Amino acid sequence: MPLRLLKYGLSRDYPVTGDIPATPELKPSYDVVIVGGGGHGLACAHYLSKYHGIASIAVLEKGYLAGGNTARNTTTIRSNYITQEGVAFYKEGVSLFETLSQELDFNVMFSQRGQLTLAHTEATLRAFHLRAEMGKHMGTRTEVIDAKEVEKLVPELNMDRGGALEILGGLWHADGGTARHDAVAWGFAAQASRRGAEIHQRTEVQGFEVGNGQVRAVVTNRGRVACGSVLIAAGGMNYDVAMMAGVELPIRCYPLQAMVTQPLKPWLHTLVSSVSLHTYLVQSSRGEIVIGGGSDPYQLYSTRSTLDMKEHLAEGAVHLFPFLQGVRLLRQWAGITDMTPDYSPIMGASPLANLWLDCGWGTWGFKATAVAGKRLAETIAKGRVPDLLKPFALERFEKFRLLNEMGATAASH
Amino acid sequence: MKLLDCPMNGPRNIDEFQSFGPLRQAPDADAAADAEWARHLFRADNRKGVVVEWWRHVPSNFFFLAQRDVVTNEIIRTYAPGSRP
Ligand SMILES: Cc1cc2nc3c(=O)[nH]c(=O)nc-3n(C[C@H](O)[C@H](O)[C@H](O)COP(=O)(O)OP(=O)(O)OC[C@H]3O[C@@H](n4cnc5c(N)ncnc54)[C@H](O)[C@@H]3O)c2cc1C
Repeated sequence: MPLRLLKYGLSRDYPVTGDIPATPELKPSYDVVIVGGGGHGLACAHYLSKYHGIASIAVLEKGYLAGGNTARNTTTIRSNYITQEGVAFYKEGVSLFETLSQELDFNVMFSQRGQLTLAHTEATLRAFHLRAEMGKHMGTRTEVIDAKEVEKLVPELNMDRGGALEILGGLWHADGGTARHDAVAWGFAAQASRRGAEIHQRTEVQGFEVGNGQVRAVVTNRGRVACGSVLIAAGGMNYDVAMMAGVELPIRCYPLQAMVTQPLKPWLHTLVSSVSLHTYLVQSSRGEIVIGGGSDPYQLYSTRSTLDMKEHLAEGAVHLFPFLQGVRLLRQWAGITDMTPDYSPIMGASPLANLWLDCGWGTWGFKATAVAGKRLAETIAKGRVPDLLKPFALERFEKFRLLNEMGATAASH
Repeated sequence: MKLLDCPMNGPRNIDEFQSFGPLRQAPDADAAADAEWARHLFRADNRKGVVVEWWRHVPSNFFFLAQRDVVTNEIIRTYAPGSRP
């Protein structure tokens, strides 16, 4: 590595090796067409090409690579959910991140520094105990800690003793962490394209040709492609894209906003989240404090930001860490999230035989990028849904078998 | 700040209101099959375009309807239930 770097530095023409080839011509047909070139779609292309011997893959992306919610997310990775099915799934998601840099030969900067969720009320503490017990039962590192231990972990916290938002304890999740979102998407894309998967940027899916209970072809702004199987992984547009195939998903779109401060010296060494304040913070490897919170209060197909939400996030952040009050905001943004009624994703079969779903990722799907890609690749290659994904089927709504993760999702991602 | 014109209280900061989601017809409780109930409960309208939805003015607990474009966020009209022309 150092020699290669030296050679590069001394060479005259600085040879550029692109990780991802330029968009090729569309072929008339592919074995697998993936709608959406975000982290999820690219991960599926990687696992299909590496482990299932399928190379005839087209990833169709209407904009630029991973410019959707993958680009906008605050990169919390964790498995401290409530339901047994949820914890089992996200646990595999976290463990794949632990070795993802090696898997992709690409540094995804996974930093497993632990996540601390704060309780300001007895009721929250009780809910934490439930999550901790489920987490332990499932073999993850999740425990309830008291106020003293919270203070030891994050000495900068305003404990607000005797105040209305006194910190009574926390849910400490040592398995939690973050990774670099662009690197995750690019790592999957580079690997998949090296094995022959094609990534078509600025290629918008505009409809499907459906007949005999199957998708026959995908219609795009660059022409029509016939397909063996199709995966919908279109992020905030999942409802819209599925509707083009006549599949109505139980999804409603809400904006989710976030922002970062100017870079500071490293001081925040864990992820910190407050349920009551609907605010969470993490310090990025560039030193910026990334601040996020709950969804917008009403449905909208827009990535606009609002001053109201920014004020609310700033208020929460400054309450927890009063010395942040003079710090400047550097950037702010929003993404359109595809929210399900039970705050769990929809993965697996659709009413059409060869159309598969990787939808309903709402505000929580980055952490599942690798595991969803891996398990849906297996699903598509074998034509059957693995046990790990079965509880997340679209049919769960008709059967009233919801996987309610609202309490573990709404505020803390 | 965004304004929502409450049919009872006039234009107020949208912060004072709570959204209750798109209006939908309740199924016939005696006749509806499970699938119809599931659809009613879980598949709210999410098309790009204009929706009719329930809102509540929180301080006065007044429920009303609004027609809103979910792409541009333009509130086209608001009206009290029952007053619909
Ligand atoms: C502000 C914010 C913070 C978040 N924080 C977290 C977090 O901390 N942790 C976490 O786990 N999750 C978080 N999430 C959620 C997470 O970002 C998403 O669930 C995840 O990135 C989804 O990945 P994806 O690949 O499925 O979708 P995306 O990355 O959105 O990719 C979908 C792609 O499909 C493309 N597309 C759409 N329609 C079409 C079409 N018709 N034709 C072709 N292409 C199309 C889009 O352009 C897009 O690039 C956050 C989201 C937001 C908005």
